[in-house]
Amino acid sequence: MFGNSSRADWIMLIAFSAFVLAAPILLKPFGAAYPDLLQKFAIYGIFAIGFNILFGLTGYLSFGHAAFLGVGSYASVWMFKLFTMNVIPAVLFSIVVAGLFAYIIGFVSLRRSGIYFSILTLAFAQMSYNLAYSVLTPITNGETGLQVRQLVPADRAADYVFILRDEDLRWVDQAFGVVEEGIPITNLFGMKMSGYPGFYFCAVLLILGFFIAMRIARSNFGMVLKAIKSNQNRLSYTGVNTRPYLLAAFVISGMYAGLAGALLAVTDPLAGAERMQWTASGEVVLMTILGGAGTLLGPVLGAGIIKYFENIFSSINDTVLENVFSFLPTTLQEISIAVTSMFVGEGWHLTLGLMFMIIVIFLPGGLMQGLNHLIGLFKRKISTKSVSADSSG
Amino acid sequence: MDAIILQILNGLDKGGAYALIALGLTLTFGTLGVVNFAHGALFMLGAFCAVSFNKLISLEQVVLDATQKTAWGTALEIRTPYIEVWFGDIGTVLLDYSVPLSILFAIPVMLIFGVVMERGLIKHFYNRPHADQILVTFGLAIVLQEIIKHYFGANPIPQFAPDIVAGSANIGLWLGLGDSVVYPWWRLVYFAFSAIVIFGVFAFLQFTTFGMVVRAGMRDREMVSLLGINIERRFTIIFGLAAVVAGMAGAMYTPILPPDYHMGMDFLVLSFVVVVVGGMGSLGGAVAAGFLLGVLQSFASMNEIKSIIPGIDQIIIYLVAVVILLTLPRGLMGRKGVMED
Repeated sequence: MFGNSSRADWIMLIAFSAFVLAAPILLKPFGAAYPDLLQKFAIYGIFAIGFNILFGLTGYLSFGHAAFLGVGSYASVWMFKLFTMNVIPAVLFSIVVAGLFAYIIGFVSLRRSGIYFSILTLAFAQMSYNLAYSVLTPITNGETGLQVRQLVPADRAADYVFILRDEDLRWVDQAFGVVEEGIPITNLFGMKMSGYPGFYFCAVLLILGFFIAMRIARSNFGMVLKAIKSNQNRLSYTGVNTRPYLLAAFVISGMYAGLAGALLAVTDPLAGAERMQWTASGEVVLMTILGGAGTLLGPVLGAGIIKYFENIFSSINDTVLENVFSFLPTTLQEISIAVTSMFVGEGWHLTLGLMFMIIVIFLPGGLMQGLNHLIGLFKRKISTKSVSADSSG
Repeated sequence: MDAIILQILNGLDKGGAYALIALGLTLTFGTLGVVNFAHGALFMLGAFCAVSFNKLISLEQVVLDATQKTAWGTALEIRTPYIEVWFGDIGTVLLDYSVPLSILFAIPVMLIFGVVMERGLIKHFYNRPHADQILVTFGLAIVLQEIIKHYFGANPIPQFAPDIVAGSANIGLWLGLGDSVVYPWWRLVYFAFSAIVIFGVFAFLQFTTFGMVVRAGMRDREMVSLLGINIERRFTIIFGLAAVVAGMAGAMYTPILPPDYHMGMDFLVLSFVVVVVGGMGSLGGAVAAGFLLGVLQSFASMNEIKSIIPGIDQIIIYLVAVVILLTLPRGLMGRKGVMED
């Protein structure tokens, strides 16, 4: 985007970090500067960055990435329940579990390409979703969702197997004699991971994830991935076995999703199967293409925009609309309210679907492509001006 | 033995729905080369055609009868559907048969919708990558289901089969197996209906000139255009036909499964698996795989099997798809050269 030189990359990284860290101040004018929403921006940013490593670089459209997000969440909550409320082990464990899961799914799915690949990943994700709701309820707690609970009373610790869903063990915390009052909150060595500390934890990981994605995109490995996107056959003819590269990309992007899932559990220690549904997979696809697949900043931008509008649109209700349209005559007001209420509140998904279509139809390269076009136009104008100035002078 | 027959029967109606949707998917894919993720939404629209048709013909005339009083002392309201007021007993029969009759309503609606969708949206995506086609139709599916949700609400709306087929058929007696094999009539009707539609589509493609041109176009579109035939217009009609098939399948399915706004997506995911198992671009494969997976699914939901492998009923279809794709990369009856790039 800004050329391939590493100096431009460093500037971009620093600017990105500065923006992310200063987000609580910068986003205040937009009414988005509260921790819950900022955490969502960062978490889904990570998810989209990871998805972009697969889709943006290799062009393989996975429709089942939410499965890794869900697996990451479950893995984290189990770490909280069994060992400690400290977030570090949970995050690491989630990344490893999601990576392994992605390895298995990728190993099978990547035998096919194109639409077959999309359908295979979709099938695996639906399979995980269905299993999480039915047979795996001892692990996932089915529809209720897996939650962090209070410690098992010492006198009943012997029969823990049967009550683990409702009461927790937390061996490590107990060994260190951590005192809990009520439902415990996740922490980073004693610092509570809710509110702004929680956001900064996610933000640091987002910057780290962005940095790694940037290094991947600029590396030889990234070049191979891009080559797969532009012409996989030709690459195979030159003697490159593409599958290990694809599998590596798939696993890495699965690990990003696992990290995002872990962070969802860190900020709110509850994991439910609905995180694995195909709508969630579709959402990350939309974030990536909205921002611009294949660009570095695009996915984060897309994730932020979608989460922001989701938050705004779904909170608008009829009373708000009445206030907005109060300047109109009554009939017009009623009509405008009837029309707009389709798109807000419960109807937010309609807006999402329309946005999806409009972006794919008119701006297949996403917002970043649009921006680059604008910048390109601007630059060309300047350069033609300077050329004409030279010739006249 | 009884249990096996019962499970096969159980699979047939669901398999019929899968086969009808998969048939439409394969048709659009084979002719236009477009991967249509909104096809499940067309199935759902068909189901809601049945719902709206039922609402339409059961519009009621309200008469206040001053001679009778309700418990609150107001005049008793007597509600009669207009159709009964106008046609008497025939109107009652029409109301009873609202689901089968709704097909007559669904056909023109879905045909128009399909043609408009093809001309207005899909046409512009012929030369775009498959990923773009998937994404735009996926967006359309969300839009359609949200619109339906807005107007019909989120809860399933039960529809009822005509009284004459409301009960169960004692199939066991016909086959001399005793009383244990009973099966709802409407499901048998649905199976027969899907068989007729599938047969009709095949006959249409096989025995009419129009069908011959379309088949030729599926093989080599460029060659057919060079012969001076407007193949695009025919393909548009085929898209409309696929929409009609999906819509009819949805309308007739309503007594089996009360329609709600997200039924389309549930069926779409399965139908895509069906198409892939059958082989992309093979009509026969889509139908065979539809019935096969429907029957397999019903076998997997038997208690005896579930007790051996818990949860198998939830994942059997996906499992079969994975195994088939890994062993037979083109699916059961896939043609060479379709979707291989």
